[in-house]
Amino acid sequence: MLCVDYFCTAKNGFVMVRLYQFLFIIGFLGMTSVAIAQHEGHASEPVAHDQVSVEQPAHADTNSHAHTDSLAHASHDTAHAEGEFKIGEMIMHHISDAHQIHLGGSLYIPLPIIILHEGHLDVFSSSNFYSVNEQGELDYHDYKGYRNHHEMIEFVGENASHDAHGHKVMDFSITKSVFGMMLVIVLMIILFRSVANKYKRNVGKAPSGFQNMIEPFILFVRDDIALPSLGKKKAALYTPFLLTVFFFIWMCNMLGLVPFLGGFNITGTLSITLVLAAIVFIITSVSGNKHYWGHIFWPPGVPGFVKVILVPIEFMSIFIKPCVLMIRLTANITAGHIIILAFVGLALMFGQQSPVAGYGVGVGSVLFMAFMYCLELLVAFLQAYVFTLLAALYFGDATQDHHAEHDHGHEHEIQHAH
Amino acid sequence: MEGLLSVSVGTVFWASVAFLCVLVIMKRMAWGPIMSSLKDREEGIANALRQADLAKEEMSRLQASNEDLLREARNERDRILNEAKAMSDKMRNDAVGRSQEEANRIIAKAQAEIENQKQAAITDLKNQVAELSVNLAEVLLKDSLTDDQKQKALNHSLIKEFGAN
Repeated sequence: MLCVDYFCTAKNGFVMVRLYQFLFIIGFLGMTSVAIAQHEGHASEPVAHDQVSVEQPAHADTNSHAHTDSLAHASHDTAHAEGEFKIGEMIMHHISDAHQIHLGGSLYIPLPIIILHEGHLDVFSSSNFYSVNEQGELDYHDYKGYRNHHEMIEFVGENASHDAHGHKVMDFSITKSVFGMMLVIVLMIILFRSVANKYKRNVGKAPSGFQNMIEPFILFVRDDIALPSLGKKKAALYTPFLLTVFFFIWMCNMLGLVPFLGGFNITGTLSITLVLAAIVFIITSVSGNKHYWGHIFWPPGVPGFVKVILVPIEFMSIFIKPCVLMIRLTANITAGHIIILAFVGLALMFGQQSPVAGYGVGVGSVLFMAFMYCLELLVAFLQAYVFTLLAALYFGDATQDHHAEHDHGHEHEIQHAH
Repeated sequence: MEGLLSVSVGTVFWASVAFLCVLVIMKRMAWGPIMSSLKDREEGIANALRQADLAKEEMSRLQASNEDLLREARNERDRILNEAKAMSDKMRNDAVGRSQEEANRIIAKAQAEIENQKQAAITDLKNQVAELSVNLAEVLLKDSLTDDQKQKALNHSLIKEFGAN
């Protein structure tokens, strides 16, 4: 709701026109990545799509044998435990954060586990928690009294039984999402350092190469997000943050769409979007001027009894705004992953019934998946844009001076009505 | 589901550290130089455009003044030409007049001279005629005086001729 309101009220046609331009560009890029999208279908699931329908029944059989063997290992593996494919568990497994990266097949990259427990740090590789079985799935076991219970590290003590209840520990592990985030940061630094150097080298010349590709987006953030929301004077102060947030979110979203990389879901991880939203909240609150706070705690031109209703709502809105920011980003990105995985799962489910059904559905699935992939490429950009735009609007709201108030009066009212 | 909706302290910690790091690094390393060079370039372009406008204005102003100058020069040229033409006409007329005058004067002088010469010649002729007459008279007288008859006749005729007056 909020989002739509902002689109309607804020920044009028200009931003929208620009937005459509970008949507077309990104939609076009999306079309070219159909092939990649199909690969992702294979990669995101350990059992590749074209093998599914043929091998799945046999696979299920061996699974049931493996199941009895590995009971002692307290296996949590999803498809494994029941001996049949469960789409819900498969999807959850893929979109949740994890302590290892699954590249496909039996290829897992262990990540460092860092645990703060009873005042001391324990650092070890996550490969201590599992062994990879013949099906390329993980059999989990305890290590040093710690247990990886559905990717939540618990302390259960040495030689604990399978269903022993552990207590939670402070888990500072470099999880899949944290690792992905660091990857994005390294990429960003390398990329923008070269772009910045190009700018220094290319003084007085037209932009070229990668600089030329990045520049429209930098100008887009500066001229179409920061400037209209913040005004000329204040835009310079917030533009670096907005640029960082924009490119960070966009690249995180895009990394989540790169096939064969283990299906990162960085911006679909609530902890990470929480941090982003919290930083927006902190900046908004810190830069909020007298006028902004006055509007919240003593709305001008409103009769007394309305104030009683309005002030709590206004106060709550301070927190609701960043929360919405957080949830929107997480939900959108996660939803995209879920839909793509659902199409993969669909083929697998039908493949379990009969090979013909598997192939038949598989064809449709892949087509839908390719379509969704294009859409997700667009959403990756769109969500970065929306997050940045709303952050800029919140900053603009917080720093708006009295003169500007009259110009944006209408917009202000509508915004406040929510 | 619990994994999806739960917030992990560790992830929050890493995300905060990572994002703040990237914010600081990007601001210092990338956005600073990029934004400043973008601004420089935009200002440069704006300046260049303004300069071009000024130059164009200057050009048109110069062109206008050039045309003025040209027109002025043309007028000047015409004026000078006319003047020169008038001057030359006048000079020619003057010269013609003067030479006419001179010619007249010379002719007059020549006529006067001729007149003088004529008078001189006439006078000379008269003198010679007088002399010849005297000589002739002398001869005649000499002849008539030698004979008294003749002398008397002469006296007669002379008295007759002059005595009448």
